[in-house]
Amino acid sequence: MSASSETAGTRLPSLTGTLSEGRLRLIASGPWISVHAETLERQVEAVAADIAKAGKTTIDIEAVDELDTLGAWLLERTIRAGSGAGREAAFAELPQRYRGLLEEVTQVNRRPAAEVQKPNALIDALERIGRATAQFRDSAQTFLEMLGALSAAVVRVLLNPRRFRLTSAVYQLFRVGWQAVPIIVLITFLIGCIISQQGFFHFRKFGADAYVVDMLGILFLREIGVLIVAIMVAGRSGSSYTAELGSMKMREEIDALRTMGFDPVEVLVLPRVIALVIALPLLTFIGSMAALYGGGLVAWFYGDMNPSIFIARLHEAVSVTSFKVGMIKAPFMALVIGVVAASEGLKVKGSAESLGLQTTTSVVKSIFLVIVLDGLFAMFFASIGW
Amino acid sequence: MDAGTDNVAIRVRGLVVGFGRQVVLDRLDLDVRRGEILGFVGASGSGKSVLMRTIIGLLPKRSGTIQVAGMNRDTATLEEIRAIGRHWGILFQQGALFSSLTVRQNVQFPMRENLVISQRLMDEMAMAKLEMVGLSPDDAEKFPSQLSGGMTKRVALARALALDPEILFLDEPTSGLDPISGGEFDSLIKTLQRTLGFTVFMVTHDLDSLHTVCDRIAVLADGKIVVVGPMSAVLASEHPWVKAYFRGKRTRVHAAMPN
Repeated sequence: MSASSETAGTRLPSLTGTLSEGRLRLIASGPWISVHAETLERQVEAVAADIAKAGKTTIDIEAVDELDTLGAWLLERTIRAGSGAGREAAFAELPQRYRGLLEEVTQVNRRPAAEVQKPNALIDALERIGRATAQFRDSAQTFLEMLGALSAAVVRVLLNPRRFRLTSAVYQLFRVGWQAVPIIVLITFLIGCIISQQGFFHFRKFGADAYVVDMLGILFLREIGVLIVAIMVAGRSGSSYTAELGSMKMREEIDALRTMGFDPVEVLVLPRVIALVIALPLLTFIGSMAALYGGGLVAWFYGDMNPSIFIARLHEAVSVTSFKVGMIKAPFMALVIGVVAASEGLKVKGSAESLGLQTTTSVVKSIFLVIVLDGLFAMFFASIGW
Repeated sequence: MDAGTDNVAIRVRGLVVGFGRQVVLDRLDLDVRRGEILGFVGASGSGKSVLMRTIIGLLPKRSGTIQVAGMNRDTATLEEIRAIGRHWGILFQQGALFSSLTVRQNVQFPMRENLVISQRLMDEMAMAKLEMVGLSPDDAEKFPSQLSGGMTKRVALARALALDPEILFLDEPTSGLDPISGGEFDSLIKTLQRTLGFTVFMVTHDLDSLHTVCDRIAVLADGKIVVVGPMSAVLASEHPWVKAYFRGKRTRVHAAMPN
């Protein structure tokens, strides 16, 4: 960008020097202001060699018609470059109008800031590994702490049910449950369609069309349905919990609650987590049904399978066990999502950046934990023979 | 600047600003002279911040003209509107420092965007500005979340002054500071204003600031400026709010000594 867009036609600042017998006489003129920073820097660089040679430097600034902090600092820097070690530099004359500013800048940049030490690469790498490890432990600890605080809140509420914030829980249930229905139905429906289409396309090659229904039923009721819904809820509601609690933390609302004698976990976290624990199984059920419906439609129009045959096959292929396996997992996944979202939200510090960071962490971590949990459940159900 | 003969830095004529049915500023006129410190007072909710935000273009106006540093936003080109950012500096009430940047980067932000300047000179300038507002070079690498309230204001002031603006807008500069820090901040503004010669438009509630640093005081009530002038003129005003504010119980400066 040209700095001279609005001052076109005006003079540029200049600094010219004559060196004779170790005496340098510099004449500064024009506007020494920040819009001309580029020109000024070049001019000052140009005389640097002369200054280094000169034993005595004088700067005449009578012809400078504008001066701001940047110009004053460049003059001061020139003076400093010309003085020291038996050499001297000074202004030929100090005009009254610039005196205050020039005196001000003689004070600055005297003391260098404390050097930031650059550690060597190996130590740096080790430090990062160490920190990451410690962070892993810390995040496990915060997760367990939040789970513990939540359990304590549950116990308190069970002992004294009037403490439970029913209104808040119902409102949260409306937000994370009811308002999530359209998008969950849409996405699971589409995934059901896609998997059904792919099933027919590939199974047809070896005449196993009929088994597409088995695949759809077992896959959705047992595994994919709950997983997709949990991941969507983590992205949709977990992130909003973290952001909400985080901004409350930033605005000291959490501290205010605490000083009034309320437990933020009981007041804010418990209703949210309970809403999730109720909503996720319901959404899983709705989602699985939508997926089977989508799969059935594709079977009818793409796979030439009559709906009555589809339902009959589904009836044979799917046992109540598959359904139960899927539904049992849902509340646990909801608990993990809620606990992660709440603990990350309460970790937010003062800055906007920290809010963004914790929200990302919350989503990534809860999706990861949901999948890990799904794996653990798979091992568990395999070992009990379900 | 080009409008050299004109001695007015900010000229507001017939300004009307409102939200919905509510009219906050009703045909308001105000001149801020070049090189003065104008203190701007009014009851909470009377529209002080609204006026400041309208002048700097953050709020739309219904009618009237505003001329700042020779620029009228209604007739100016896009390029001129962009360039005005170089001519004013704004100190927001909460500092409004960019939380993802260090103190040094915050101060350098306007320089980096507006000037063609080497990193070395920019570093030196940032340090110079920080020292001029009374901070130590060691604070330069801190993040805004690590600063106290007073330091935040100082960094925000350094950033507002980064390009040596002609006009400095201050929104309640001493709010949230203890009286001593507030007094120090006031005298800092006064000193810098003398050295650098900028114009100050200061929205404030602080009677001490009004007494110690302001050349003139404008009082806003009922959507209009009811009195503008030096402290003596304001004290002589018979407007009920002005009387209550400047001659009320809280005015320690003029209160009788307790027995």
